Amino acid sequence: MSEVRVLVGTRKGAFVLTSDGKRERWDVSGPHFAGWEIYHVKGSPVDPNRLYASQTSAWFGQIIQRSDDGGKTWMQPGTPAGEPTTTPDGTPKAESNKFVYDGVPGTHQWYDGTQHPWEFKRVWHLEPSLTDPDTVYAGVEDAALFRSTDGGKSWHELSGLRQHDTGPKWQPGAGGMCLHTILLDPKNPERMSIAISAAGAFRTDDGGKTWKPINRGLHSQYIPDPTAEVGHCVHRIAMHPSRPNVLFMQKHWDVMRTDDAGESWREVSGNLPSDFGFPIDIHAHEPDTIYVVPIKSDSEHFPPDGKLRVYRSRSGGNEWEALTKGLPQRDCYVNVLRDAMSIDLLDSCGVYFGTTGGQVYASTDSGDTWNPIVRDLPAVLSVEVQTLP
Amino acid sequence: MIRVELPHHLRTLARVNGEVELRIEGAVTQRSVLDALEANYPMLRGTIRDHVTQVRRPFLRFFACGEDLSHELPDAALPNAVATGAEPFVVMGAIAGG
Repeated sequence: MSEVRVLVGTRKGAFVLTSDGKRERWDVSGPHFAGWEIYHVKGSPVDPNRLYASQTSAWFGQIIQRSDDGGKTWMQPGTPAGEPTTTPDGTPKAESNKFVYDGVPGTHQWYDGTQHPWEFKRVWHLEPSLTDPDTVYAGVEDAALFRSTDGGKSWHELSGLRQHDTGPKWQPGAGGMCLHTILLDPKNPERMSIAISAAGAFRTDDGGKTWKPINRGLHSQYIPDPTAEVGHCVHRIAMHPSRPNVLFMQKHWDVMRTDDAGESWREVSGNLPSDFGFPIDIHAHEPDTIYVVPIKSDSEHFPPDGKLRVYRSRSGGNEWEALTKGLPQRDCYVNVLRDAMSIDLLDSCGVYFGTTGGQVYASTDSGDTWNPIVRDLPAVLSVEVQTLP
Repeated sequence: MIRVELPHHLRTLARVNGEVELRIEGAVTQRSVLDALEANYPMLRGTIRDHVTQVRRPFLRFFACGEDLSHELPDAALPNAVATGAEPFVVMGAIAGG
């Protein structure tokens, strides 16, 4: 019997929700790291019991946590509980929370158009390697990409991205200048795509040494040149592993699609009630079935008409249907953040999302019907799902 | 022994209950106290002061003997009562909601 594990990051801790393959009864464990903001928790595809968590605080900074038993116990890598905290020569261990930019960090554009120094604030997204449980990528604010190859003990920047010629033109969105999406190409280990608010999408074809913007076709009215090479507020990009050259994007405005790994994008917003939103995801077995959660506007950040609706397209965009069964259809003013939607891999594909109101909803029938797994967590920042044998 | 009182979240990270006691050779200053604290509890590196600049994180304060020492120079001597262990060196999170 399969098992499903849902990893939920919230404003005040992490929660692990587990169920058997029926996905009817759920066990809730947590809060882990109570009181801390947990931006993201994600498991290794090759060792599902290896989890990485980004624990952050405006007071105390960034902490990386790791579990080797599926979230039952946690540790800061490099400093296991009960072991000496220094090496025999007295050198302190544990640099797992040290994210230092390569060289002189330089400046990027600030909200008012002036230049502002790059300053590390937090890890938004952790993306474990597809092949090695000790290798994991971290997307951070201010935007940069880091990698650990020792299970999170130490981190090194892939600085070719931040040092791209366009860096001084990148600017923060309302949530900060964050690197929030990391897509590892399952067919080409040298290829990776990332997205930054508000710079846009970038791709490397040489394992992270060099990067190029992949924003042709995006249109953003909040920058002086709406079709500029960079400056676009990409909210999320999704890729189906069977078809890595096809990407779907939820942007600050517009839902977009590319069929050539980002060389050119076209709008597929179609009949959506609003083309603003944060998350986007793809059905496990139908690569043209995609999900978004329309939000009324960039200034209101709640669902249109007070109705929480997931929209599904079965045609790779343009034609969308509202999925409402089991979701509140009146007086609902929550938001669904960019990392707060995920899918499972069971035959009847499960779709999951969390809200800023603390609900985590699950559908076990590809979105036709929904039920809350939990209703009253702290505001949900991220949802990841693991399908276990 | 030097006594250090940490805020709740840092006690959790360091896996300690109550005050931390540190042995310090030489001058007792903010820097020597924090160096000793981080050497004994490396998981706290970066949580009180920046990894690289060693500057105090902006939402943290240092108190002792009823005084705010946050803006004292890092190499200034701490009060004698801290150096003798009569009073703790207090690391305090700023009141900023949350």
